[in-house]
Amino acid sequence: MKRTLTCIVCPLGCTLEVELDKGNVISVSGNTCVRGKEYAVTECISPMRTVTSTVKCDDGRLVAVKTSRPIPKEKMFDCVKIINNSLAHLPIGIGDVIIKDVYGSDIVATQERN
Amino acid sequence: MTDLVIIGGGPAGMSAAVAAYERGVRDILILERDDNLGGILRQCIHNGFGLHKFGEELTGPEYAYRYEKKVRELGIPFKLNTMVLDITPEKRITATNPEDGIFTIEAKAIILAMGCRERAKGALNIAGTRPAGIFSAGTAQKLVNMKGYMPGKNVVILGSGDIGLIMARRMTLEGAKVAAVCELMPYSGGLARNIEQCLNDFNIPLKLSHTVTQIHGKERLTGVTIAKVDENRRPIAETREYIPCDTLLLSCGLIPENELTKCTDATLSQITGGAAVDQNRETSVDGIFACGNVLHVHDLVDYVSDEAEIAGKSAADYIDGKRNKTLNIPITTDGKIRYTVPQRITEAKELTVYFRVADVYRDVKINVYDGEKLVFSKKKQKVAPGEMEAVKLKSEIFAYAKSLKFVLEEA
Ligand SMILES: Cc1cc2nc3c(=O)[nH]c(=O)nc-3n(C[C@H](O)[C@H](O)[C@H](O)COP(=O)(O)OP(=O)(O)OC[C@H]3O[C@@H](n4cnc5c(N)ncnc54)[C@H](O)[C@@H]3O)c2cc1C
Repeated sequence: MKRTLTCIVCPLGCTLEVELDKGNVISVSGNTCVRGKEYAVTECISPMRTVTSTVKCDDGRLVAVKTSRPIPKEKMFDCVKIINNSLAHLPIGIGDVIIKDVYGSDIVATQERN
Repeated sequence: MTDLVIIGGGPAGMSAAVAAYERGVRDILILERDDNLGGILRQCIHNGFGLHKFGEELTGPEYAYRYEKKVRELGIPFKLNTMVLDITPEKRITATNPEDGIFTIEAKAIILAMGCRERAKGALNIAGTRPAGIFSAGTAQKLVNMKGYMPGKNVVILGSGDIGLIMARRMTLEGAKVAAVCELMPYSGGLARNIEQCLNDFNIPLKLSHTVTQIHGKERLTGVTIAKVDENRRPIAETREYIPCDTLLLSCGLIPENELTKCTDATLSQITGGAAVDQNRETSVDGIFACGNVLHVHDLVDYVSDEAEIAGKSAADYIDGKRNKTLNIPITTDGKIRYTVPQRITEAKELTVYFRVADVYRDVKINVYDGEKLVFSKKKQKVAPGEMEAVKLKSEIFAYAKSLKFVLEEA
């Protein structure tokens, strides 16, 4: 079986052709870099996404956050729910862990808040 | 008298300041109207910035912070909450802020880095009422990401620019239902990766060659009528379709913010809306430079930083009197290539010319002519209006040229 994907690793957005046999990736073409190939393999087996959102701070302001690594694509909505039900405590530096261990990733701040 | 004044503290203004400092300029002042440095990136909380510049994927605030940190570490002075009102061709700047009132500064050199703004709905001419619930995608981005306020629950997006695509995903993840993204053109103005991860991931339909023909609702938007358009972009009546929604986001392109540029008498490009510049990003006015989205709209902030470094270094050389303008070669285009930046070459050194095309073209050659003579050629499998292209030209190619013309031809 063949699958055509659009790579989301970088702004180039290469069109990837993946050859699959019983769920196993046989070959990838169309990629410009190794990360594209890795993306194609993961995307066909267990798609992963980085999630970005905001968390409310003690003082009512928002702080921008992201998953420290991609999480399973089907968990994106649950991840945002967890983020929306939490509160971040000041002061916050970039990279500070706001919530630990959410679907194999941490939720970390991408902004300072003092 | 200040050596270098930079208008705008976004990524362009900050990287220009850092580059000028590293080239030896110490008397620098950044003027920024917002209450923080960072520009529009502060509200772009999604990831996808910095791969080209830093080799890692950053979010907008993280990317901006890298430069803000440098500006602070180097001790480059900046004034926040400061709105620049006027710049004369003699480089006298009038600005205002709550502390200093209205004040003027004379500068040896100026870098314009005011960014761009979104095309507003007034400019779009849609029939119907004018209820609440219609936002530009950037305003919605600011409301959701900085104020924590969702503009609505049932959304239609007009225009497939990147900001609209990013907001389709963001609002969906926050519980809204995005019924459709309508794009007037037969192709999207956004990056392929954003169509994949912002629309396809959530089964949001992208309706190409479609537009909103009517707005419904009295107090609040209740729905929109959409229709397919023919090849002349005129709506086809039989294809009209009503979509109930409480929110319409407009993502129909960005316009460089050039009111101040006009005050300086600098020549503007009819096509980019920004100043016409040489390879140093110097405008037609001596000592006034421009970079970033105020010059032409960039899709990637990484290229904004690159361009701003050129402007910052060149401004430093200008201040030091180390300039070597020996040429005056205009660069023209054939229309398929809409514009280039720079629009003019004044020094005999290698340069990168950036350009955008008017339509999607496949299997083409980018040919550069000096009169009738072909002096440069590069093959491309595909070029699209949404993606900025670049070619490097060695100085041998144009050292004796009268003018250069960029032409798109079949490969
Ligand atoms: C709403 C919106 C969303 C965007 N989202 C993305 C995205 O997701 N990804 C992406 O790659 N690009 C995005 N862009 C493009 C983005 O603007 C550029 O990548 C980059 O931020 C441009 O940098 P800049 O410094 O040229 O402009 P900006 O970041 O816009 O900075 C310009 C600065 O100048 C200041 N300024 C303007 N006029 C004056 C004045 N008269 N006096 C004093 N200060 C002034 C402004 O306050 C601002 O801080 C977006 C653009 C907009 C408008």
